Amino acid sequence: MLLVLVLLALITGIAAMAAPSATAADAASADDVAAGEALFAANCASCHGLDAQGQDGVAPSLVGVGAAAVDFQVGTGRMPMQASGPQAMAKPAQFDQDEINQLAAWVASLGAGPAIPTAEQVDGSLGDAAAGMEVFRTNCAMCHGSIGGGGALTQGKFAPSLLETTPTHIYEAMLTGPQSMPVFNDANITPENKRNVIAYLEAQDAGSPGGLSLGAIGPVSEGLWAWLVLLGLIIGATVWVGARSS
Amino acid sequence: MGAKVNTAAAGTANFVDDRTSIGGFVKFFARKLFPDHWSFMLGEIALYAFIVLLLSGVFLTAFFVPSMETVEYEGAFETMHGVEMTKAFESTLHTSFEVPGGLLIRQIHHWSALLFLAAIMTHMCRVFFTGAFRKPRELNWLVGFTLMVLGLAAGFTGYSLPDDVLSGNGLRIIDGVVKSIPLIGSYTSYWLFGGEFPGTALIPRLFTAHILLVPGLILALIAVHLFLVFLHKHTQYPGGGKTDRNVVGLPLFPVYTAKAGGFFFVVFGVIALVAAVFTINPVWNYGPYDPSPVSAGTQPDWYILFVDGALRLMPGWVFGIPMEWEIFGYTLSMNILTPALILPGLFFGFIALYPWIEKWATGDRGEKHVLDRPRNVPVRTGIGVATITFYVILVLEGSNDIVANLFHLSLNDLTIFFQWAIFILPPIMFWVTRRICMGLQRKDRELVLHGHETGTIVRHENGEYIEVHSPLSEQELWLRVQHEDIAPLEIDPEYNEHGVRRKGYRWDRFKQSLSRFYYEDRVSPVTKAEFDEAQHHHGHGNAEADLQAADAKDADQRLTDEWNKVEDQAK
Repeated sequence: MLLVLVLLALITGIAAMAAPSATAADAASADDVAAGEALFAANCASCHGLDAQGQDGVAPSLVGVGAAAVDFQVGTGRMPMQASGPQAMAKPAQFDQDEINQLAAWVASLGAGPAIPTAEQVDGSLGDAAAGMEVFRTNCAMCHGSIGGGGALTQGKFAPSLLETTPTHIYEAMLTGPQSMPVFNDANITPENKRNVIAYLEAQDAGSPGGLSLGAIGPVSEGLWAWLVLLGLIIGATVWVGARSS
Repeated sequence: MGAKVNTAAAGTANFVDDRTSIGGFVKFFARKLFPDHWSFMLGEIALYAFIVLLLSGVFLTAFFVPSMETVEYEGAFETMHGVEMTKAFESTLHTSFEVPGGLLIRQIHHWSALLFLAAIMTHMCRVFFTGAFRKPRELNWLVGFTLMVLGLAAGFTGYSLPDDVLSGNGLRIIDGVVKSIPLIGSYTSYWLFGGEFPGTALIPRLFTAHILLVPGLILALIAVHLFLVFLHKHTQYPGGGKTDRNVVGLPLFPVYTAKAGGFFFVVFGVIALVAAVFTINPVWNYGPYDPSPVSAGTQPDWYILFVDGALRLMPGWVFGIPMEWEIFGYTLSMNILTPALILPGLFFGFIALYPWIEKWATGDRGEKHVLDRPRNVPVRTGIGVATITFYVILVLEGSNDIVANLFHLSLNDLTIFFQWAIFILPPIMFWVTRRICMGLQRKDRELVLHGHETGTIVRHENGEYIEVHSPLSEQELWLRVQHEDIAPLEIDPEYNEHGVRRKGYRWDRFKQSLSRFYYEDRVSPVTKAEFDEAQHHHGHGNAEADLQAADAKDADQRLTDEWNKVEDQAK
């Protein structure tokens, strides 16, 4: 059994991965790879090609993107892509996790790439939120906003809000750099700091200490609120106070 | 019991009056009349927001440490543990998370600041559109304008005090703007920051400006502003019996003392409600200032957004010409100077001087205490709407990333759109507003001349149909015909009868062209002669209503005749 696993790892190229982690892809069987290939042919090949080599100007090659990229793209519903536009939009996932794992196993078998992180790697409770804040502020906040509320990029592209994203998908996004996002490999942001970032984002789940956060997008929404609600309510009161019985 | 209280009150009042002669003042103020309208309370909102700012600000000074000395955070907030920060930032976190009620007071203070400026600008709009800035109130317009600018200064200095990333980014922009000033720019920046940005001197300096200098000036100018309101007496909206020589209203005591006193608590209450429910300026999200990171959604508070917007709007190249020039080895950054200093300078200059601009156009020297209905001054109303459009475009451009993200638009296209819109939309809005105003004036003429439509159609015996109009009440008529019909200025000719050129002719010509711009196309109010003519034209004494009455009388008469005939036959 061990021999089979080692052989499989060699074939799929996962052995090339420096991470000694026991990943989902490690457990992938030949059956999974075959099932993944079938799923891929039916759902992805029209753009990426039957051999996943991609087509110029249509879809990139998936050789070497790794299981993490598949898990992120398919798991967040970005792939299969619903419509072409400035960027692929997230939507409810089209496949269940088993199918995603099968697809990931097949894509991972095409060439070495980052694997799906383990539960421990993405467990925010093991991280340090304050250290995560500093990493986030330096590397992530310029696009995603100070606590991950999201922000605009050029030409209609945008950095999505991270407040509802699962820890695994956050980790995978850092690892694979989907769409406009840069890749933050393990030399750039260490696995430990990636977990710290997750801890920082999870610390936001408690909500803002100051009350409702108005989208956590900064002073613009505060200004809008000051005009519409604060001044609006008070002007309503002036009309009421100013109304005379006469 | 009541008698006892009265005696005690009278005794105290006597005691004070005997020693200060204050009775006269109290009587004067208590009987001072004020006209009643909800829009006269907009300035009051600003005043009350300022009082709330003072009260909450005093609380905050008890805990804020205006120091840029660095410490390691050991307080209650988890995601800041062990982070290096200045004492200013640490004490802000301390106030927010460890001082009981501290966060609420901080949020009350910040929401009040946003409200303060929103109320000032709304109040300015009311004064502008009703022409309340006209003689003798031009100076008070200037005082109010200065208060608005000081409000911006108070807001910006306060926003920067916590020394967080967001406000630090704002200060860095200010630093860049200051450095773009030719010749003295870099010296001014060094002087402001006490060396290279950010330095360690700024927060204490901003603190002094924010809690002493600026509020002191604001307080003094508020006193001048209100004194002038008392001196000039309050303006009033047009209506029957209201003229430039009287004030129709209610006394300060007891009516307005009760209303204004109560209204203060309404304002305070609404601020407290919003502050208790909605986060504002969560500096704990932004983190302590560090010159390197800039987050998405980095914007100043809304009232500075127009400057940010102008900076974002300004292209680096205009039709291929670079906007950064190098002259004798010195860099002149027109791409910063133009949007951040020249444009706001012109914009504010125009607003400050507007009363004089309009005075040149009207050539009117008389005092105006009755307000204009905005429709009756179409050009002014148009200018106002165009100015608001211009300002709103700058604010939206200052928020362009938020707008683009919210509506899934392209940030680049949005900026290109605003770059054109800033030149095209204000003139369009001016024209549209002016046409709407003139349309409303024509509607007023129509009403005065022909009365209200009643929807009643009467058929005469000869088969003619006529719609009955009911005449306007005297109050309705007054409102629609009271305003002045201002014609463009007539000026003396360039040369006198001896063929000598007149001094000041060019200036007069300028005023005349301005005056034509304002009053060439106009809808005059109905004159007495026109009104009488219309009454006469409709015949039957007064109006069609009389006609109807006459018809009804005829019908009665016929019925009576008919009845008499029947009775005769019965006999």
